[in-house]
Amino acid sequence: MKKIKAAIIGPGNIGTDLLIKLGRSDYIEVDYVVGRQESKGIAIARERGIEATTEGIDDLMKREGIQICFDSTGANPHRLHAPLLKDRGIFTLDLTPAAIGPYVVPAVNLTDELIHNHDNLNMVTCGGQATVPIVAAINEAADVVYAEVISSVSSKSAGPGTRQNIDEFTETTRMALEQVGGADNAKVIIVLNPAEPPIFMRNTIYAKVRNPDIQKIKASVDAMLEKIKAYVPGYTYLLEPIIKDDIVTVMIQVEGLGDYLPIYAGNLDIINSAAVAVAEKYAKKLLEVE
Amino acid sequence: MRKVVMTDTTLRDGSHSVSHQFTLEEMKAVAKSLEEAGVDIIEIGHGDGLTGSSINYGFGRHTDFEYIEAVASVLTRSKLAVLLIPGIGLIEHLEKAKALGATVVRVATHVTEADVSEQHIKAAKKMGMFTVGFLMMAHMASKEVILEEARKMQSYGADVVYVTDSSGAMLPDEVFEKISYLKAHLDVPIGHHSHNNLGVAVANSLKAYEAGADYLDGSLIGFGAGAGNTPTEMLTAALEKSGIQTNVDLYKIIDAGDQVLKPIVEARGSELPRFNSDSLIIGYAGVYSSFMLHAKRASERFGVDTRDIIIALGQKKAVGGQEDWIIEVAHNLAKEQGKL
Repeated sequence: MKKIKAAIIGPGNIGTDLLIKLGRSDYIEVDYVVGRQESKGIAIARERGIEATTEGIDDLMKREGIQICFDSTGANPHRLHAPLLKDRGIFTLDLTPAAIGPYVVPAVNLTDELIHNHDNLNMVTCGGQATVPIVAAINEAADVVYAEVISSVSSKSAGPGTRQNIDEFTETTRMALEQVGGADNAKVIIVLNPAEPPIFMRNTIYAKVRNPDIQKIKASVDAMLEKIKAYVPGYTYLLEPIIKDDIVTVMIQVEGLGDYLPIYAGNLDIINSAAVAVAEKYAKKLLEVE
Repeated sequence: MRKVVMTDTTLRDGSHSVSHQFTLEEMKAVAKSLEEAGVDIIEIGHGDGLTGSSINYGFGRHTDFEYIEAVASVLTRSKLAVLLIPGIGLIEHLEKAKALGATVVRVATHVTEADVSEQHIKAAKKMGMFTVGFLMMAHMASKEVILEEARKMQSYGADVVYVTDSSGAMLPDEVFEKISYLKAHLDVPIGHHSHNNLGVAVANSLKAYEAGADYLDGSLIGFGAGAGNTPTEMLTAALEKSGIQTNVDLYKIIDAGDQVLKPIVEARGSELPRFNSDSLIIGYAGVYSSFMLHAKRASERFGVDTRDIIIALGQKKAVGGQEDWIIEVAHNLAKEQGKL
């Protein structure tokens, strides 16, 4: 079957893991990988028979046939790339904190309309992909006044991009908890833990609610968990929803697939699996398959 | 003899001991007494630093900004410091703190994660703040690793780098080994912050000085997380007795603790931090000192022994800020013990 051609800009941890995940897609093939210097990611692309350049976005602009682009560079580079990609009519998934387009969290707001109306969608952050759906599920059942999220990731899985942009990371996640998750207000905390062997990505979600019916909340969160498992199989409860007064606590662990980084790097998996889910929906639309 | 620059953290680390419920008047009174006693730097705010107010760490009675504004209004000589933990507080919060009167910031990271402080240290320097790099949980890393991380903070522009014993788990020889190694290889001055969970905080502070530290922390009557910090009064006396100069007046700092802090603590029915079985286990297991009161609450909520919770957190290698792990650990212990 014909596949939609995609490019990846920025073959670091995220980009290289995407490359491997997209290798399994029935609808998308990675046609081109774009970096600015020789790197491990570029080498892996070439090993897999995918053409790669170290000349940056200019080379991508010359390439014909690309319909989807994943940008995992950084906020500043993406601000430069976005208008160029738009000019070429390339549907772009932004995996940086630039957030030029609206946030997309597949289990919550991935609709035909969203894809139809926008050519640039932002994938929030790994913490956002892991926690916005839970807040949305609690909000649906109980109306969330305030959501607070603590994401712990292993030091090994947090690359320089995350480390040097930790403020953007927390702010982007916070905004998505409010705009997509539906919390009136939110706060986000991120902790890096260097323990060996590395910890799995884990997220604690606290939600102060207006309607503290724990049975209803649990049913809603259970259903959401199943929805996410469809694209992130290693997404599981560490602590099922419990409540004290009007504060709900849920803890989630994300075990990755171990594609590029080992399975502890669930943070990488969840944002990438989400990006693939969005891209495949778009590709299926182009291919006119159900 | 080198002089010691004294930082008092009664109004920041001690916030843990009152679950972040200091009133503005209480903060002002204590800050004023600290300044009168000659303390160089006074750190204030939520125990977990700027915008630490949260479900996870406990909500503060006031925002950090309200505290800063209030305390800045009574200080004329001492420098006003805030704590900023990247991952919790943002640069925009620091800008606000600066505008309201904070002149010193301590940017804190786990001892192996200094590179998350790059943005914040650089921004603080650009704002013209005196900037301290604060390497927490220093018992968890070797002297070589601590040096590597301290060098990063130095390269971002930190004016001082602290070896911070957040768990009160370090012993005097270890303090000496780590700080003297840094002293031999680092250009910027070194500081030490301690907790008295193993009863050696004052001894550790003296050792830190001997190893080359120029900046030392204390709090009045040791008012801080776990079994408390090095008491500023006791440290002042011990330094004076060793012939080491500070700007702090011994009688006045004793009075600050006795006549200002103590009545406040008694009036609110809080306890002065002191050695107890929980704080001892915190030091022994090497767990973040401010986990203590959270672990105690979780022990009551789930009906399990606080010490079991703390030991389990030590085994999981929890780091500062992971108070949320306490609930999971306590919940699991309760399940294992058939209490749920």
